[in-house]
Amino acid sequence: MNRLNVIFTLCAAYGIVFLQTSVNWPRALLGAQPDLLPSLVVYAALTSGLGLSTTISICGGLWMDSLSRNPLGISILPLFLAGVIIERYRGLILRDQTYAQFVIGACASAAAPVITLILILNTSLEPMVGWTSLWQWGVMALAGGFMTPAWFWLFAWLLRGFSYETIQDPTGHSNRQIKRGRS
Amino acid sequence: MLKRSHYIAMVLVALFVLALLSQSDWVAHGIRRLVGGLYLPFFGLANSTRSIADSASTALMSRPDLVKELLALRDENQRLKLEARQWDEAVKENNRLREALSLPQQAPWKLRSAVVVGRDPANWWRTIRINRGSRDGITNNLPVLSPQGFLVGRISETGYTHSQVVLLGDPDCRVSVLVESTRDHGVIAPSGGGPVDDSVVELKFLSGSSELTPGLWVRTSGLGGIFPKGILVGQVADVRRVQYGLHLEARVKLAARLSALEEVWVAWP
Repeated sequence: MNRLNVIFTLCAAYGIVFLQTSVNWPRALLGAQPDLLPSLVVYAALTSGLGLSTTISICGGLWMDSLSRNPLGISILPLFLAGVIIERYRGLILRDQTYAQFVIGACASAAAPVITLILILNTSLEPMVGWTSLWQWGVMALAGGFMTPAWFWLFAWLLRGFSYETIQDPTGHSNRQIKRGRS
Repeated sequence: MLKRSHYIAMVLVALFVLALLSQSDWVAHGIRRLVGGLYLPFFGLANSTRSIADSASTALMSRPDLVKELLALRDENQRLKLEARQWDEAVKENNRLREALSLPQQAPWKLRSAVVVGRDPANWWRTIRINRGSRDGITNNLPVLSPQGFLVGRISETGYTHSQVVLLGDPDCRVSVLVESTRDHGVIAPSGGGPVDDSVVELKFLSGSSELTPGLWVRTSGLGGIFPKGILVGQVADVRRVQYGLHLEARVKLAARLSALEEVWVAWP
């Protein structure tokens, strides 16, 4: 697991939760606040593995619930489940393809709020759910779908910027023959 | 099939979540404050940036514009002073009459301004966060008003520096109200339409004999003890009969624009 990747992904999760709390224009414009944590978990599960996706699920879920009226910890489980399933089958996923990233991101972003709502409905709380929630669900799924390839692009760019450049072969010959023995 | 490591991780995470969910309210609130405290520098930074932007826009205003605004504010100040004097007389008269009738005196509510620093990141709650907490004397269930004095909601959770306000229309914020001109009592409940439209709420439990018409003003009734009497909530938008005509229900257009709140007043006795 690349240490920089872990730091960047955790920072992104922290920033996402803050932006979802303080930036109101998507809600005013679309009637729904997109949840970008599932798409980040998808990125973590496809690139790093179970460790990072679990870390993002726990930290992101806790941060999200601490600023929300959700019962503390309830957002962790849906994110974690999405991460586990994707990580398990990532060998079968064309993870370098943008459309595959979009579809997986959209599916995870659609599934996570549904599971969270089902869990909340099993508590004593009464969330606001109506027919217009379907619209919000669609917006969340689409936003998550679009953000997943964006994470891949953003983190690749950041990692390139913060890593050492690969040294090119100074001779320019990749198939240089080494002659051994006496000439 | 999942691998062994997946099963182990699933069991550990499930146990962690169960442990969190089974905590008492007090412990959960403490953890929430601790974890949410990580965002305090960001909220502070956002607040400072907003005030710097406001100061910059004021500094960039032209002198004629400022003079024009100053004159308009002076006029408004004069008018409000006159009105305040009239109200003062009315309040004194009201207090004298209450004393004569041996009715309890009504103490005026104190107001404290607060800035809205965030909204609930989840779409199924209608709450905001404000930059006042227990440090400023804020406690649970205090009413929250818009800058114009319209009802917005109540304090639902208090931190040291920040508090959560549950807004009108959330299932956790039901308000006893009365229709101003007909004096009919009802309860403000969430809109059946769902969470997208936050400008309309339902007015329920109205008597079947009520003569409601669209356009009537709705104010808090003071029943329940949380919200003081007389705060403007909104205006009746339409009325319909329910339960075979036994009861009336109305939709109320809220006076406060909940989606555009930037500052609020917190009122306490």
